[in-house]
Amino acid sequence: MAKSKVIPHHDVPLDQIIKPENIIFKKTKLFTDNVLSYCPGCGHGVAHRLILEVIEEMGIADKVIGIAPVGCSVLAYEFMDLDMQEAAHGRAPALATGIKRTNPDKFVFSYQGDGDLAAIGTAETIHAANRGENITVIFINNGIYGMTGGQMAPTTLEGMKTSTTPYGRDPRQMGHPIKITELVAQLPGTCYVTRQAVHTAALVRKAKKAIRRAFEYQKANKGLSFVEIVSNCNSGWKMTPVQAIKWLEENMLPYYPLGDLKDVGLD
Amino acid sequence: MAKIAGAVVVDIDRCKGCELCVNECPFDVLAMSEDVNIKGYHYSYMKNPSACTGCLACALVCPDTVITVYRVKVPDTAKS
Ligand SMILES: Cc1ncc(C[n+]2csc(CCOP(=O)(O)OP(=O)(O)O)c2C)c(N)n1
Ligand code: SF4
Ligand code: SF4
Ligand code: SF4
Ligand SMILES: [Mg+2]
Repeated sequence: MAKSKVIPHHDVPLDQIIKPENIIFKKTKLFTDNVLSYCPGCGHGVAHRLILEVIEEMGIADKVIGIAPVGCSVLAYEFMDLDMQEAAHGRAPALATGIKRTNPDKFVFSYQGDGDLAAIGTAETIHAANRGENITVIFINNGIYGMTGGQMAPTTLEGMKTSTTPYGRDPRQMGHPIKITELVAQLPGTCYVTRQAVHTAALVRKAKKAIRRAFEYQKANKGLSFVEIVSNCNSGWKMTPVQAIKWLEENMLPYYPLGDLKDVGLD
Repeated sequence: MAKIAGAVVVDIDRCKGCELCVNECPFDVLAMSEDVNIKGYHYSYMKNPSACTGCLACALVCPDTVITVYRVKVPDTAKS
């Protein structure tokens, strides 16, 4: 957030403010007590929280089944106090399809990284979207394979250095970064497709509204809802978290612009 | 004098020292500690508590959700 030029001031003693009745924000109960396994500053943690807050606010925790991917968020089921199933790498939308078709009264979501969703799982992603499966896909795009040591992903930006592109991604050899969210938005099976980010407070508020809308679409049986979150991988990018969110703003967002790509209407 | 007063409590031993909250606070309330927590990370604390409005910005960006935010209307007696 931009630093304010005017610094406010109050004289209320802390012990008069820090009382249970004055809490305006605390961790949702849908987090387990486990410490997140993510690196300091990793956007996965915020993305987890927003999903859990939406589920808590909709009062549907006992009706949700989540699918965890392979990638840094492979242990998502350790952190989300929900019914969850682990998928083989990239197969989350196929697993979600089966679970939703046999449990149509449940809310089913997949949580997937860009390597999982846009590389090994491209077929599952595109075809689940094309079939209009009534599921919600949460897609964390950090432009890299975080878990395995920062290798190039299909989403890696042109010129971006990774452990497998030490001189930067060269599109002549490696193709251009895939905008899979734009591809998915073209398919008639999708009802709501949006790209969000979570590295500032204002963007966190917007991303939460988008996740809420995606679940509302699922409730209304409208087809596949898809929320990309452009995120940071400080370790893979070899930056501090604060450097990484600046780099994300300056490099990721011009190529992956934020906003709704498709919103067919809820009623 | 501000009409609202805020405060945050950081769960020190779960803070990973990423500094995103310090970066995000519009009023420079937060700073990183000199000492380290149980995991060896410097942790976030209120260096300038009287400027906190309870705006939530720090808590919303904290990837580990270790910040709890409190807010009160400033009681008349505390207004100058
Ligand atoms: C079938 C199979 N192939 C390859 C791997 C190795 N592998 C594990 S995670 C991963 C990529 C993860 O990247 P991404 O989905 O972007 O998640 P991130 O860690 O960046 O959040 C790969 C290739 C695997 N576990 N299984
Ligand atoms: S390697 Fe990257 S994506 Fe994985 S936890 Fe660390 S910062 Fe997050
Ligand atoms: S609640 Fe707002 S003012 Fe208070 S420390 Fe957090 S960001 Fe700063
Ligand atoms: S954002 Fe959270 S984890 Fe990072 S320094 Fe602040 S309190 Fe600690
Ligand atoms: Mg990734």
